[in-house]
Amino acid sequence: MSVNVDKLSVAYRSHRGDVTAVDNVSFSLADGEIMGLAGESGSGKSTLGNALVYLDPRMKATGGNVTVDGKDLPISDNNAMRHRRMTEVSLVPQYAMSALTPTRKIGKLIHDLLKSHHIKDREAVLTELKRRLELIGLKDDVLSKYSFELSGGMRQRVTIIMSTLLNPSLLVADEVTSALDVSTQRAVGEMLLEFRDRGYIKSAIAITHDLSILAQIADSIAIMYAGRLAERAPTSVIVDNPLHPYTQALLNSLPEVGVRHDQVTLTGIPGRPPSLMNPPAGCRFRDRCPFAFAKCTETPAFEEVRPGHMVACWKVSQEHADTATAGHGQPAAKLPVEEQV
Amino acid sequence: MSESTSQAPALEVAATGLPGGSAGAGAPPKRNEFIYYGLRNPKLLFGLTLEVLLVLAAIIAPFFANYEPLTTTGLGPQHPGGTFWLGTDLNGYDMYSQLTNGLRESYLIGALGAAFATVVGLVIGFLAGWRGGWLDEILQLVTNVLVMIPSLVLLIVIGSYLTSRSILFEGAFIGLTTWPWVARAVRAQTFSLRSREYVDLARLSGKRPVSIIVKEIAPNMASYLFLVIILLFGSSMLIAASYDFLGLGPSQTVSLGYMMNQAASNSALLYHMWWVFIPPGAVLALMVVALLIANVGLDEVFNPKLREQ
Amino acid sequence: MRRYLTKKIITYVVAFFIGVTVDWALPHFMPGDPIQGMLSKYNVADNAGYQALYAQFQSSYGLNVSLWQQYLNFWHSVLSGDFGQSIFAQGATVSSLIFSAMPYTVALLVPAVLLSYSLGNRLGAAAARRKALDNSVLPLGYVLQALPYPWLALVVVYLFGPVWHLFPTSLGYDQGLIPHFDWTFISSALDHWFLPFLTVFLVSLGGWAIGMRNLVIYELENDSSRYLRALGANERVVRRYAYRNASLPQLSGLALQLGVVIGGNIVTEVAFQYPGLGNLIFKAIGAQDYFLLQGIFIFIVIGVLLANFIIDLVFVSVDPRTRLSMQGAAA
Repeated sequence: MSVNVDKLSVAYRSHRGDVTAVDNVSFSLADGEIMGLAGESGSGKSTLGNALVYLDPRMKATGGNVTVDGKDLPISDNNAMRHRRMTEVSLVPQYAMSALTPTRKIGKLIHDLLKSHHIKDREAVLTELKRRLELIGLKDDVLSKYSFELSGGMRQRVTIIMSTLLNPSLLVADEVTSALDVSTQRAVGEMLLEFRDRGYIKSAIAITHDLSILAQIADSIAIMYAGRLAERAPTSVIVDNPLHPYTQALLNSLPEVGVRHDQVTLTGIPGRPPSLMNPPAGCRFRDRCPFAFAKCTETPAFEEVRPGHMVACWKVSQEHADTATAGHGQPAAKLPVEEQV
Repeated sequence: MSESTSQAPALEVAATGLPGGSAGAGAPPKRNEFIYYGLRNPKLLFGLTLEVLLVLAAIIAPFFANYEPLTTTGLGPQHPGGTFWLGTDLNGYDMYSQLTNGLRESYLIGALGAAFATVVGLVIGFLAGWRGGWLDEILQLVTNVLVMIPSLVLLIVIGSYLTSRSILFEGAFIGLTTWPWVARAVRAQTFSLRSREYVDLARLSGKRPVSIIVKEIAPNMASYLFLVIILLFGSSMLIAASYDFLGLGPSQTVSLGYMMNQAASNSALLYHMWWVFIPPGAVLALMVVALLIANVGLDEVFNPKLREQ
Repeated sequence: MRRYLTKKIITYVVAFFIGVTVDWALPHFMPGDPIQGMLSKYNVADNAGYQALYAQFQSSYGLNVSLWQQYLNFWHSVLSGDFGQSIFAQGATVSSLIFSAMPYTVALLVPAVLLSYSLGNRLGAAAARRKALDNSVLPLGYVLQALPYPWLALVVVYLFGPVWHLFPTSLGYDQGLIPHFDWTFISSALDHWFLPFLTVFLVSLGGWAIGMRNLVIYELENDSSRYLRALGANERVVRRYAYRNASLPQLSGLALQLGVVIGGNIVTEVAFQYPGLGNLIFKAIGAQDYFLLQGIFIFIVIGVLLANFIIDLVFVSVDPRTRLSMQGAAA
């Protein structure tokens, strides 16, 4: 396994107490796997992804550990992590639009980064850099420009190039397509796939609230809710056959291209995610779940109900224990994956 | 002055509340949060306490003086101690009386200056930010021009031609030379706030501009404006002190600057009469320091990014 | 960039215009009659004699023509540098007085501003990253910033003069010396220069240190710094970038604070009886020498505008956004 996260918990201090943003999360990534991490705002997906690369000083890891390529990743030790960043784990941040400092040319910025990592053969890296720029359609005069001279899409792509320049084992891409128009979204998505295929990155976690992008680029999808993992399975399984009620509701609330409002009504999910300051006991989706029953007051285990398919839901576990047939409940909606938007 | 720009928190680490904004029951309203942090901020508490003490002194202390500030005691210069807590100067004036009255006068001028500057600055800054266009350009031009000219120099030039000098005039003129600072802040905030979504919403829902200004924009601007006004209060007091030191202030009123002016012209320094010139400036420095520190604390309370862990 | 500079130049031209106009207009619209004030010194008992003298003064000061003509005349004097005769220093022209006082003020202001700015910046940046330093620099900075210029000047005069007898505490050079470019004079001038310089330097230092500290802290927390850290840049690089970014608004701040420093400079000169423009203003006020005041005001306005312009040029060369921005000047 390329990346292994075992029972990771991350919390931060607020003026009213500790808030656990990531609660006991475990998953693994195989070499070359792109996993989508999806959920609402506040689900903890961004905290989880960012913690693997750069744990914000205001937060602390309260449990669990992470290994990359078999080696322990000391996410709490800033000094030890410094050498691993960009080389083993890397981040394309959510704030990519303002991530590039405005008073330094891009080329110089990269130069300083390489110097920080004591890269011996900078020439070779620069040649490779130019090759990659060409690959994604950017001219290498980008290197002599300032960030404010580039458009949003260009900045996003430059950030991706920069973050992957030293071929990290794990790339965490936080909302890389959220600020872009649809055609650029597709281009960036394809860029990630290309980079993975060429071995520039080994595995990746793509954090987003937009499931349609994940359908395009992700091999597997993990759904997070209120700090916990709800479901994890290969993309096609999630899309065609989601088991967790939250996942089903999420997919149901997506509009389908070509379907008019008078034919099918958009359903949202009534209610709101629980406060993470004092989370309710047991399953956190309980209050909004149409299938909740008595057992749901106990925290459901995140277990494998089918090969490669993990779910944290008592109803699902029960059915899995009872029968071996396909799940009951609402059929999953079809995602407009193949259509051009 | 620090910026209070709003960058959307990339991680859900918004110290102002729970992840995801106002989701979840029990998200605290903003004002309670200010009070919570306010009561725990050492700088704010220190500055505020000191300032309150000084203001109290300005109000109460003069009553303990035995002589009016400009009524001679009939005695020569006296060391501090005994009847005269702060001694007397070469003219026989009671230094304690002068100091405590000077405290009052300086606060008064500071408040007047800040008040004038705030009123003028609010109007101009708001017009410029709200209307935009050519009105904005013109007002900006005026503001930039005035900002460049040194306040004290302008005051000197105006003041030296005046035949009657009063506290009101002095305060007014100080305000009229320092309003650009308020105007800039107000304009910047108005600009940034008027294109926010909630303002657009209010406009779309047909609210009248005045209502929008009062309900949507003003509260958001209030905190930043408050910080600027505090700084202005301090600088008004300092400018007034320099102005009075040059002898341009009202001659029958004792202010802290006036005391220093008298000390210099009566060669108090030569005679080692430190009690004549050290207290007034020291007290003024205290008044301003308290304001500055309280200001920093307040800034931290309003801006989570500046808070220490 | 061109739009940025053009806008700035327009501001300066307008400012100059307003400055000259205000300078001319003030004495004319203030209550009181300057000629009456001047004549009161002569104690002319005879009424006819008084009227004649009055008319004489009027014409020699150019006050017997229409207001508009007076305004134009004033512009003429501004542009030619001739402000007439000083009142209190009989026989000396206003411009000669100004030009002999100017070097002293410049010698005081320029080093004080430059030194306090650069030192203050470094101090503030250092305080931004080291908590221990911050805890001492910050309160010190606030105290310095809060010190009233006249008070600090008096304290310095007192300590170094009557108490410690270390430095001379008044005038610009030892009496009896004639300004010359020889060592005796220069060393004496420096001796007298040091304390006023120290005063102005100290008060300004606090402000810069605090300002820079806040800016650097802000920069260290912003997105570009976070990204650098996320990519494993060492903290020294992050700090360097933060410093560079923070220097820009700090430079703008310099232009804004010039007015305050000049004000402080004036007061300090007065306290030390240092023969610069500030002291000249003081004497002019005392002698009700309006022509001298008018002249000095114009010079100060010109000086300030020049300084602002220089800062603008430096800013353009240092800030890539202003240099290269295609949208023109930002609001």
